[in-house]
Amino acid sequence: MEDMIFYDRLQFAFTITFHYIFPQLTMGLSLIVVYFKWKFLRTKIEKYNTAAKFFMKIFAINFTMGVVTGIPMEFQFGTNWAKFSELTGGIIGQTLAMEGMFSFFLESSFLALFIFGEKLMGQKLHFFTGFLVFLGSWASGWFILATNAWMQHPVGYEILENGKYVLQNFSALFSNPWLLPAFLHNQLASVVTSSFVVASIGAFYVLRNKQTEYGKLFLKTGVIFGLISSVLLAFPTGDWNAKNVAKYQPASFAAMEGIFQTEDAGAEIVLIGQPNMVEKKLDNKIAVPNILSFLTYQDWDKQIAGMDQFKKEELPDNIPALYYSYHIMVGLGTIFIGVMALALFFLWRKKLYNSKALLWTIMFLVPFPYIANITGWYVAELGRQPYLVYGLLRTSDGISPTVSSGNTLFTLLGFVALYMLLGLLFLLLVGKTINQGPKPQTH
Amino acid sequence: MEIFWYIIIAIVLAVFFILDGYDFGTGIIHLFFAKNEKDKEVIAKSAGLFWDSNEVWLVAGGGMLFMAFPTFYASVFSGFYLPLIIVLWLIVFRAIGLEFRSQFKYQMWKDIWDKSFGVSSLLLALFFGIALGNVVRGVNLGGVENGVSIYEGHYFFLPLWDSSFSPLSTTPGVIDWFTIIIGLISVVTLAIHGANWVILKTNSSINNKLKSIIFKLNIVLTALTIFSLMVWQIVNPSSLDNFIDKPYLIVFPLIYMTGLIGLFFIKKIKKDIYGFMLSTLLILGGITSSLASLFPVLLPSVNTINEPLTIYNTSAAEYGLSVALTWGIIGFILLFVYMIIQKRLMGGKIDKMDYGH
Repeated sequence: MEDMIFYDRLQFAFTITFHYIFPQLTMGLSLIVVYFKWKFLRTKIEKYNTAAKFFMKIFAINFTMGVVTGIPMEFQFGTNWAKFSELTGGIIGQTLAMEGMFSFFLESSFLALFIFGEKLMGQKLHFFTGFLVFLGSWASGWFILATNAWMQHPVGYEILENGKYVLQNFSALFSNPWLLPAFLHNQLASVVTSSFVVASIGAFYVLRNKQTEYGKLFLKTGVIFGLISSVLLAFPTGDWNAKNVAKYQPASFAAMEGIFQTEDAGAEIVLIGQPNMVEKKLDNKIAVPNILSFLTYQDWDKQIAGMDQFKKEELPDNIPALYYSYHIMVGLGTIFIGVMALALFFLWRKKLYNSKALLWTIMFLVPFPYIANITGWYVAELGRQPYLVYGLLRTSDGISPTVSSGNTLFTLLGFVALYMLLGLLFLLLVGKTINQGPKPQTH
Repeated sequence: MEIFWYIIIAIVLAVFFILDGYDFGTGIIHLFFAKNEKDKEVIAKSAGLFWDSNEVWLVAGGGMLFMAFPTFYASVFSGFYLPLIIVLWLIVFRAIGLEFRSQFKYQMWKDIWDKSFGVSSLLLALFFGIALGNVVRGVNLGGVENGVSIYEGHYFFLPLWDSSFSPLSTTPGVIDWFTIIIGLISVVTLAIHGANWVILKTNSSINNKLKSIIFKLNIVLTALTIFSLMVWQIVNPSSLDNFIDKPYLIVFPLIYMTGLIGLFFIKKIKKDIYGFMLSTLLILGGITSSLASLFPVLLPSVNTINEPLTIYNTSAAEYGLSVALTWGIIGFILLFVYMIIQKRLMGGKIDKMDYGH
């Protein structure tokens, strides 16, 4: 039984982690493509149109990967989490089906038109198809986040005698107080990822001294989008989400902040430290007193419940992983703001394109927003443990009753092997596209 | 309300099999009949341009099934665990085959991805047919052993095959001689459908040859159909009851027959679209007839202890189904609008269309 839950969780964690490499880029990148296309419509400078089409090519590769790794996500609800699907399908099935119907369709139909139909449609319509791709991908995020928000903070439901969750109020799914902050935070995080991708491709072109015209454009655009989004990511959206966790999941809040003992007055904020699960304390801690209470409640002396206040069955089952994920996310987010602010300063002083050290830094930072995004999701998902539906349905009660752990281990290993191949092919293809660069139109 | 959602989902899944069916079929044709590089390229392209927007119908259908019949979704997806995951892997291999073949100009690179596309298309067509065969035959709901259920009555787990290999076993597996026959019907039908698609969308050099291939495959299909109808009654004894009760349901088998008979005249048909329409009728008729014969059952039980899964004992609650109706209708119309816009803008032969370079 323990094995079964472990393999089911591991398979979901692995497949969703790999899947989320792709949508986090496409959501943010579609915004930047729309920006380039809009800029082209306004200025009629061909460079912007070429840039838009170049990034749509990278978008398309990511989209394909997103589709083929996304279909297993939808199916896994049924294959590995049958009991959960049976009990809650009447509710989360709503938002998941809407995702397929409204957003995925929009995105995929109009992506093909954007890529193949420029000559057929004329520029204004071409811009519009690009906009619909953007709309589709963001709506997709909205519906998935609505699904997740219900699992984090269930609303608008009723539980029948047979344990089934029945929808009572449809609109509550979308006015869920968890949803809006989580959605905005998630979307901004995807803009950060794509800004870094755009800027880092730019840095690559400038550094190797080829396609430098595009290199400079990408750097400038990436840095401006990157600074705005990474600041908004921390405040107000990051702050807003943390307050929600403190309010609705106090046990997870204590775990992610690393508060083992409740303090008499205001709680300190931990910058660095290692959770010691045996002695129930943080080793090698560096912390600033009272800040956490102030950030969470705007009150220096407000008491915050530590993990000692909760029963073991209510606390997340992997506290160190939750704690580290949270601190990695926050730490990286802070570094992003710093680097992007510095880059913008250099851009303003017209020094950015010549400062090799900064360009190399930007180029090599590109994996880190991915890590920050994924650890961010680990915070949400590990923090929800030991529940699938917070406070109501335990993770151990949601797995498929008839699938043995051997089967799940087999399919998990299969997914690992298949996704390694996919990852290699993806890098090969993106690398090739970036290496060729945005070719100007020949006509 | 259950009936309404049942019909909607049936339509979405039928559209999925018609649309993605032609690119599965294209893969089969590609695997066996495309010989020179120019044909290979253009045939792969006729699937490659469309597969992803066709596959969103699967995602939409899956989502709606989850929403409207959660118990069925949970039971079937966990019960067919291994075959379903294998289908997912095949979908991945097919997609990357299509997307990657034209990325590099080395011959061996292309050959690898061509095989990946062709073989996974063939296996997917077979698996989808086998799946339909399983739904017709039923499964050992509740995992009954010696008269006792080992799971809750609506759960089961199917082995890939049972040692008897017979659909009449008390513990049938995914593969038995009956489901294999349905699988073959699916392969042949989709191969015909794919051949019609290639004729419709391309100027490949094998277009004329494909017409006689369709003719020959249609003979095989007729034989398989007759044989399957003879054994169908044995595997699912109540399969004719609905048609006797409600004689108007006979229209679905008639759709299938129209397609089957019409395709014998494929060489005389001048307009390519008519050939494609006929194989569309085959798929539409085949799926709707099977569903009509089962209704309202979704999955029969091979034991007498546990009830079959029906649209009534697996559906979500009334309120959820009726709110979903509002957005469902809007969404459904949008789906068709997108599809029509896309097919119109990308209508005609696709040989010249730029792709992947």
